[in-house]
Amino acid sequence: MFDLQGFGDQLLLGVWMTLKVAAGGLVMGLILGLAGAGLKLSKSRIAYGIGATYTTVIRGIPELLVVLIIYFGSAGVLTQVAGWLGHDEYVELSPLLAGIIALGVAFGAYATEVFRGAIQAIPKGQIEAAMACGMTGRRIFFRITLPQAWRVAIPGLGNLFQVLLKDTALISVVGLDEIMRKSQIAISNTKEPFTFFFVAALIYLSITVIVMIGQRYAEQWAGRGMARRVE
Amino acid sequence: MSWNWSVIFDSLPKLLEGTLLTLELVLLSLLVGAVLSIPLALMRVSRNPLIRIIPLAYTFFFRGTPLLVQLFLFYYGLAQFDSVRESMFWPVLREAYWCALIVFTLNTTAYTTEILRGAIQAVPSGELEAGMAVGMSRALMLRRITLPIAYRIALPAYSNEIILMLKGSALASTITLLDLTGMARTIIARTYMPIEIFFAAGCIYLLLTFIFVQAYRLFERRMLRHQTVGGSAGAATEAG
Repeated sequence: MFDLQGFGDQLLLGVWMTLKVAAGGLVMGLILGLAGAGLKLSKSRIAYGIGATYTTVIRGIPELLVVLIIYFGSAGVLTQVAGWLGHDEYVELSPLLAGIIALGVAFGAYATEVFRGAIQAIPKGQIEAAMACGMTGRRIFFRITLPQAWRVAIPGLGNLFQVLLKDTALISVVGLDEIMRKSQIAISNTKEPFTFFFVAALIYLSITVIVMIGQRYAEQWAGRGMARRVE
Repeated sequence: MSWNWSVIFDSLPKLLEGTLLTLELVLLSLLVGAVLSIPLALMRVSRNPLIRIIPLAYTFFFRGTPLLVQLFLFYYGLAQFDSVRESMFWPVLREAYWCALIVFTLNTTAYTTEILRGAIQAVPSGELEAGMAVGMSRALMLRRITLPIAYRIALPAYSNEIILMLKGSALASTITLLDLTGMARTIIARTYMPIEIFFAAGCIYLLLTFIFVQAYRLFERRMLRHQTVGGSAGAATEAG
């Protein structure tokens, strides 16, 4: 269909890198989201303040700016810290690590709200019943809260993951060899920008479709304990 | 590590200049997008599958690919075709400003179309049946019943689209435009003070988001004031 002039395998390497940074961002974002929800549901005012500041700030500034801050901003901080430890060289994060952190931080801010809503949707009586049985707080969280919160949270998290996948393109700006950057490299050789950016667009579209299908299965799996509604 | 306040103050005029371009891009594309999305949303709910598929393909492409790809496809990609370069549109398509404006508009139109489609489908069928019962024509029902109700249903979801557009506009900096992010990157290339300048830019974005959200809340309260009788505006919004 398209003449990729031998750059097809390079694009595939780009796809692999995109998937890696997306998976890393997802894992980090889920952890941050759960932690954020814990903070925002906490009775402590300070904990709530930290959680609320995190979500407000990150949701209010562009993802591109988050990527740039973490990539360029961290270099200054890390070099300084290395200086205190007696190293004189310039230290910076790799684009992959910076990308994972940036996407994770952005995903986590939105996931905080999704998890908070999901946890609040669990009937209080269940928690009280668990306490009455003498379960510890941690056990209640892993046995009662989390398995049920997933069911409510997965549609929201799936949508966030689609946003995250599209945001991976932003990491090309700091030089990560993912789909967009591989396309740009191919373009500088072939001088065919439309061909390669269009192929990139098609790759993103197919990933989106695959994730949509996966999301449907995940929803079925998470809701397997629920009675099917009679239509 | 020393924090340099003076570099922030020195670059503030430049950053505000970038802010103006950001606002210009966001407001213009939102405005055009809001208008263009009406016919597209109506096509989306058409009974004719051939009419339905056109906006469906359009929204699928623009919502399924990153904004960065769309921007590069337009700005760098179109130059590949001689026919485009020799056409009368080239003086416009060559400019990064117009490319950004066109792509942002196409992008926000796609998202707004889907929001509006959901709202049109959520208009209670009883309202439409009542319109038919009093003998309204389809055009009159559209103008008097479907669109006014759909707009109010769509309002809360549309505020998210405004914020997403504001944040997405930072990508204008990747095609050489000096919007708020672009300006910040230019200043950093000269002063090499990334943390201070990005901090300042981040604060301006936060402020813009805050102003947008507050202004929108007032606008929403005004538009949905018929629902606020006997209940709080917030509860009415969520019910809608």
